[in-house]
Amino acid sequence: MAGNSEYAIEMLNITKRFPGIIANDNVTIQLRRGEIHALLGENGAGKSTLMSVLFGLYQAEEGIIKKDGVEVKINNPNDANDLGIGMVHQHFKLVQCFTVLDNIILGVETTKHGILQKDESRKKILELSDKYGLKVDPDAKIEDITVGMQQRTEILKMLYRDNEILIFDEPTAVLTPAEIDELMIIMKNLAKEGKSILFISHKLAEIMSVADRCSVLRRGKYIGTVDIKDTNEDELSRMMVGRDVQLVATKEDKTPGNVILHVENMTVPSKLHHNNAVKNVSFDVREGEIVCIAGIDGNGQTELVYGLSGLENITSGKITLSGKDITNASIRERSTSGMSHIPEDRHKHGLVLDYNLGYNLVLQRYFEPAFSTMGFLKKKDIMDYSDKLIEQYDIRSSLGSQTITRSMSGGNQQKAIIAREIDKNPDLLIAVQPTRGLDVGAIEYIHKQLIAQRDAGHAVLLVSLELEEVMSVSDRILVMYEGEIVGEFDPKKTTPEELGLYMAGAKRKEVKV
Amino acid sequence: MTNSKKTSGILSNPTVQSILAALLCIVIGLFVGYIALLIINPKGANTAIITILKNYFTYPSKAAALKYLGNTLVKAAPLLMCALSIQFCYQAGLFNIGAAGQYVAGAGACLYCALALHMPWIICILAAILAGGIFGLIVGLLKSYLNVNEVISGIMLNWIGLYCVNMLLNGVKEVASPYTLHLSAENPSAILPSMGLEKFFSNNKYVTIAVPLAIIIAIIIKIVLSMTVFGYEIRATGIAKDAARYSGMKEKRNLVITLFIGGALAGIGAAFLYLTGYEEWSVTQSSVPSMGFNGIAATFLGGLDPIGTIFASYFIQHITSGGSYLDKNVYPSQISDFISAIIIYLCGFVLIFKLYLNGMLRKREEKKSNDGMAHNGKKQEGGIS
Repeated sequence: MAGNSEYAIEMLNITKRFPGIIANDNVTIQLRRGEIHALLGENGAGKSTLMSVLFGLYQAEEGIIKKDGVEVKINNPNDANDLGIGMVHQHFKLVQCFTVLDNIILGVETTKHGILQKDESRKKILELSDKYGLKVDPDAKIEDITVGMQQRTEILKMLYRDNEILIFDEPTAVLTPAEIDELMIIMKNLAKEGKSILFISHKLAEIMSVADRCSVLRRGKYIGTVDIKDTNEDELSRMMVGRDVQLVATKEDKTPGNVILHVENMTVPSKLHHNNAVKNVSFDVREGEIVCIAGIDGNGQTELVYGLSGLENITSGKITLSGKDITNASIRERSTSGMSHIPEDRHKHGLVLDYNLGYNLVLQRYFEPAFSTMGFLKKKDIMDYSDKLIEQYDIRSSLGSQTITRSMSGGNQQKAIIAREIDKNPDLLIAVQPTRGLDVGAIEYIHKQLIAQRDAGHAVLLVSLELEEVMSVSDRILVMYEGEIVGEFDPKKTTPEELGLYMAGAKRKEVKV
Repeated sequence: MTNSKKTSGILSNPTVQSILAALLCIVIGLFVGYIALLIINPKGANTAIITILKNYFTYPSKAAALKYLGNTLVKAAPLLMCALSIQFCYQAGLFNIGAAGQYVAGAGACLYCALALHMPWIICILAAILAGGIFGLIVGLLKSYLNVNEVISGIMLNWIGLYCVNMLLNGVKEVASPYTLHLSAENPSAILPSMGLEKFFSNNKYVTIAVPLAIIIAIIIKIVLSMTVFGYEIRATGIAKDAARYSGMKEKRNLVITLFIGGALAGIGAAFLYLTGYEEWSVTQSSVPSMGFNGIAATFLGGLDPIGTIFASYFIQHITSGGSYLDKNVYPSQISDFISAIIIYLCGFVLIFKLYLNGMLRKREEKKSNDGMAHNGKKQEGGIS
C-alpha cells in the first residue's frame, strides 16, 4: 500500500437517499494522513449516515470511496476492518463482565493449538498503552472501570488491530471535563504517530482545540471544509446552523425576590453505596434567579434532585416550596404545588417513549379537568393542547401529536419535555443537564427558555456538568463535591479554573444560607 | 401506481398486519398439526384435520350443528375471560400466569356458594369475582411491596388454589363419584339465566347470558384501556415504569389494582362455565384446569387486543372442541391442544412477521422514491441499489 496519494481516505460526491429524504447530498470528505479531521453538523445533518457508508453499513447510491488514492468497495463492516478503518462508537461495544484485555483481543485472539496466548497480547497492549499514553489496567473488568477507561479500551481495540484510520463518534459526550482533556491529548498523540482521525462532534470548543481541519454538514448537504487555524467558533457555528447563533447566553441583571425553594439540612441516601449521597445540604432558590449546581458527575447532584422531586425519600432535613412544607409530599403533590422537573434521563423518566407526543405532553396534567372527565380522557382536548404546544415550542416530528415519541430526535424529545414542564407555569423549574447531547441550535433555544422563566419571576434550579453553561446561564453557582455544597460563587466574580478547584475537592469554603 | 400505493397503505396498517400475522400463525399451526396426524396415522390424517376444523359442522342436520355451536360458545366465553385477564395485566407489564389459579378460585367460590350455601346466581358470580380478585391481589401485593416475581407467585398460587378448592368442594360432591353435585338438581336458582338465548341454538340449555356478557366485558376492557385515565396510567406503568413514577402516578397501587381486576376477570370466567351446569368440578383432579393457560394463546393470537381476542378465543375453542370428534382409538384428542400450543409458539412470530413486512414495505417505498428522484433529477448514474 504505497501511499502515493496525499489522502488516507477520500469519500467523493457521496449521495445516499432514504425514502422522502436525502441523507447525504453530494458530500465530499478527504482525510489527510496524520491529521485530525473534524466532522461537524447538527443532529440529523447526516454525519452518522456518512460514517455508516464508510463503515459499509449502507451503500451510497452515488459517489466513490478511495483509500490511498485507489478506489475501493466497502460492502460490509468486515471490508472496512480489512482496510484498516476502526471506529469508537458513541455507545461502547464492550463485554461488561470481561476484562479490558479480553475485550481488546476479542475476535483477533492469538492462539496456539486452540489455547489462548494472553501473554503476547498483554505485551502488545502494554506497549501500545505506553506509546500513546492510554492508561488502562488490562485485568480490570469493564463493569468496574470508569467511562474514560472504557473509552481508552475501545481506542486500544482499534490500535491492537493495527487500524490506520480511526473514527471517533461523539467521543466526549460521556466524559467528565478532565477526561475530555486527556482524550484530546491522546488524539493528538495518535495523529503525531501517523494515524488519521475523523472526529465527529458538535462541540465547537473541542474541535477548535484538537482538529486540524473541519468539514461541515447541514441537512445532508456538504457546506465546506475549513482550516481550523483560519477560523473561529462563530464561523463554524454559522456554517453548521446556517445563521448566527448566540453561543453565550445573554441576560439582564435582575434582583431576586422571595425565597421559592428552601432546603434545610437535607440528607439523601445512595443506591450505590452505604454512604449518603447528599449530606446535610442547605440552600435557597429565589424568584427570578437561576441557581446552578455545578460539579463533576456522580457527586450527589442526581440524588439531590431525586430528593427534591420526591423520586427518593430523604432521611433527614426539610424542604419548603413557596412557603409550603413538602418534605413528605408525594411526587404528584409537589408537581401540582408548582414544581416542574426536566429530568436528567429523558428516556427513562421524562417520556413514555411508546406513547404518542400528544399523550406525553399531558403526562403531568392528564388528570386535570381540562384533559379528563369522569375518568375518561378528553382525547380531542389533549390533541388540541398538544398541537398548540408543538406550534408554540417548535417541536418537530413527522406526524405531529400522533408521532410515537421514540421515533423523534433527541433534541425534539427534549423540547417536548421542556414545553410540558414550562407550560405548567411552575414556581420552581428544576432542570437537570437539559442540554446534554444536543446541538448548538437546541442548546441556544433551551438556554433562552430557562432565562425567560427567570425573567418571568420564576425560580430556576439548574444542574449542569458543563462549566461553560454554568458560567453563562446562572446567577449564582453552588459547587457540589461528594454530596456536600463546598462553595457558593457569583459567576461574574469567578473563573472556570477557580470552580474546577472546588469541583475536584481541592478547596472548600463554608456556605451560609 | 395508485393501486400499489393503496395496497401498501393497507398493509402498513398495524391492525391489518396483526390480522394477517394471526392468520399466518393459524395456517402454520394447522399445517404442523397435520404433519403430526400424518406421523401418528397417515391413512386417516386428511379426515382428521378436516374433522377438527369442521367441529360441529360434522353433524349433517342444521339443528344438531347449532346445538354444538352452542357448546363451543359456552366454553369459549370462560376462555375469553381468562384471555382478557392475561391481556389486561400484560398491558401493565405483568405476565399473569396466575390466571389459571384465579380461575380455580373463582370456580371454587361460585360452586361453594351455589351448592353449599344455596345462593342465587348473582351472588355466586360476585363470590367468583371476589375470590379470583383476591388471588390476583395476593400476587399484586407481593409484586409491589416485596418485589416477588408475579410469574413465580402466580404459579405457586395455582397449585395452592387447586388443592384448597378440592378440599372446599369435597363436602358438596356426589357420593358415588368425585364430581360436584348437579346444579340443576341441587340449586337451579344458581344457574345463569339464558334470556331465551337457548332458542337460537336448538334449545341448548347451556347457552346463557355468559356468552354475550363475555363479549360486552371484552369491549369494556378495550374502552378502559384506550379511553380512560386508568388505562392511560396502567399502560404507562407497563411500558415505562420510571416515567410513570416521575409523573406522580402511584405505580405500586396501580399494579395491585391491575392484578385484582385481572384475577376478577379470570374468576368471572370460571363462573361463566360452572354456573351453566355444563361441567362439574372433580375434587380429585390433580392438575390445574387448562383454561387459564389456553387464555395465553388466545390473547397473543388476538394480537393483544380485546376485540381480536374475542375471535381468537372462539377459534381456539373451536379447534379444541373439534378435536373431541376424532377417533379416540387412533388419535389422542390432545391433538387440538398441540395445535394451540404450536400457535402460541408462533405468536412470537407475529412480531417477526410485522418487522419483515414493514422492512419490505420500506424497501419498496425506498426504491420507488429513488426511481422517482432519478426520473425527476437531472442525471442518473447507473442505479446502484
